[in-house]
Amino acid sequence: MFDVQKVRAQFPILSQTVNGKPLVYFDNGATAQKPQVVIDAISQYYSEINANIHRGVHTLSQLATDAYEVSRNTIQKHLNAKHNHEIIFTSGTTQGINLVANGFASIVKAGDEVMVSALEHHSNIVPWQFMCERTGAKLVVIPMNDKGELILSEFDRLLSEKTKIVAVNHISNALGTVNPIKYIIDKAHSVGAAVLIDGAQATPHLRPDVQELDCDFYVFSGHKVCGPTGVGILYGKESWLNQLPPYQGGGEMIKEVTFEKTTYAELPHKFEAGTPNIEAGIVLGTAIDYLNSVGFDNIAKYEKELLEYGTKRLQEIEGLKIYGTGENKASVISFNIEGIHPYDIGTIIDKLGIAVRTGHHCTQPIMNYFNIPGTIRASFAFYNTKEEIDIFVEAVKKAQRMLS
Amino acid sequence: MTIKEIQNEIIDEFSMFDDWDERFQYVIDLGKDLPLIDEQFKTDENTIKGCQSKVWVHAEEKNGNIIFTADSDAIITKGIIAILVRAFSNQSPKSILEADTDFIDEIGLKEHLSPTRANGLVSMIKQIKMYALAFQAKN
Repeated sequence: MFDVQKVRAQFPILSQTVNGKPLVYFDNGATAQKPQVVIDAISQYYSEINANIHRGVHTLSQLATDAYEVSRNTIQKHLNAKHNHEIIFTSGTTQGINLVANGFASIVKAGDEVMVSALEHHSNIVPWQFMCERTGAKLVVIPMNDKGELILSEFDRLLSEKTKIVAVNHISNALGTVNPIKYIIDKAHSVGAAVLIDGAQATPHLRPDVQELDCDFYVFSGHKVCGPTGVGILYGKESWLNQLPPYQGGGEMIKEVTFEKTTYAELPHKFEAGTPNIEAGIVLGTAIDYLNSVGFDNIAKYEKELLEYGTKRLQEIEGLKIYGTGENKASVISFNIEGIHPYDIGTIIDKLGIAVRTGHHCTQPIMNYFNIPGTIRASFAFYNTKEEIDIFVEAVKKAQRMLS
Repeated sequence: MTIKEIQNEIIDEFSMFDDWDERFQYVIDLGKDLPLIDEQFKTDENTIKGCQSKVWVHAEEKNGNIIFTADSDAIITKGIIAILVRAFSNQSPKSILEADTDFIDEIGLKEHLSPTRANGLVSMIKQIKMYALAFQAKN
């Protein structure tokens, strides 16, 4: 039985006040708060087993290495990856995408095409633009409709033998749209294109099964799934990871180095040059275990309630427009109020203890599509409550009164 | 009045307010009352891009002083601009260059000048000083 009060009690930060008001944290799309087990695990790592991994023969190094590899196995199981060496630790989603884009620069040629969507975060646009500049490949964009949904007929039309890789997000950070990635993956495979899924916004809400999806790459960030910052995961199919060249050179990623030639280590080490963020890597496993103990079915069901309640309550406000009104949405509400700049609303409600994101959310193409400078984005997590939504709605109403 | 005197006057006005919402309401009202910038000066060249709100600043010289007009698409930003314009407009380049902006702290709006707010205000103050420097160099 899901009990939100019990869940909240596990997150120390949620009980504090901000500007003299109880904190209402609705900026979960930017980063998630951390439960006590995660905070404890960070402290425990440094108190008990801190050592460099995969190098030392001494006991501490073995303990740290074991913990790091246990975390890799946890993530492998969580994503249902076939092999644990298909799980690459990165510094976050951005690095995962850059690693793959950089690797594909040695595969694509001038005249080839790379496809992204109109819903992408800048971090799933810019690395591909770099890659296109280097190779002469062309960036093709799947357009969206007024609801913030990808237009699949256009995707079908744009897809061709020239398409070498399709990079789309599972869930849009700015609008909350859940994209039909299974359809996209299957279609892309039918023309021989690889598919990278940016799961940064999806992994806090659902458990992806990479074998069922059959995606070639799936990337996400630790800090958005209640884990530490500075760690992320790149899942890649073994065959692809073997084919891509290493991203960074350094220690641990080599088999043998002479000044004439270096041979690379096996997966996953080929892509893990240098000392990683060991603590974050280990604790990411703790965070994933924690989320599974809460249960993704419970999370999905409860967040759907929050989304429906929040949407209904916000619509009471005159002149309020929600962006992202697709059928299939995560617990994200992006909106504006007629005649008021989102920055002004964000500033006022911050004074009332409410944390939301305002601005373009690193998705300027979406803002340009709607011809707006930005939106106010409330993104709910499973530890938020309907009472918090009530406080939020009253705060927005107060801001509207002050600003109009 | 000197810049310092104007700043003290602004501090006095703000000291009348007890809580944040009165202070903000005043800033918002100042924003609404800010004389409009001539549309022809809302050029890309005059735009200061913050992360979230846009700011336009135009400067011209009149009898040895610099006259600033400005605007923003966000009203709170515009209110703070109105305060800055009041403090710095129609002053000599030399006095603008010598002036500080500590009064913003004293009226409880310090957080808006922190670079992390990314609202273009820090750049706006820089721009005001740049104009002053440019006019001083020209003369």
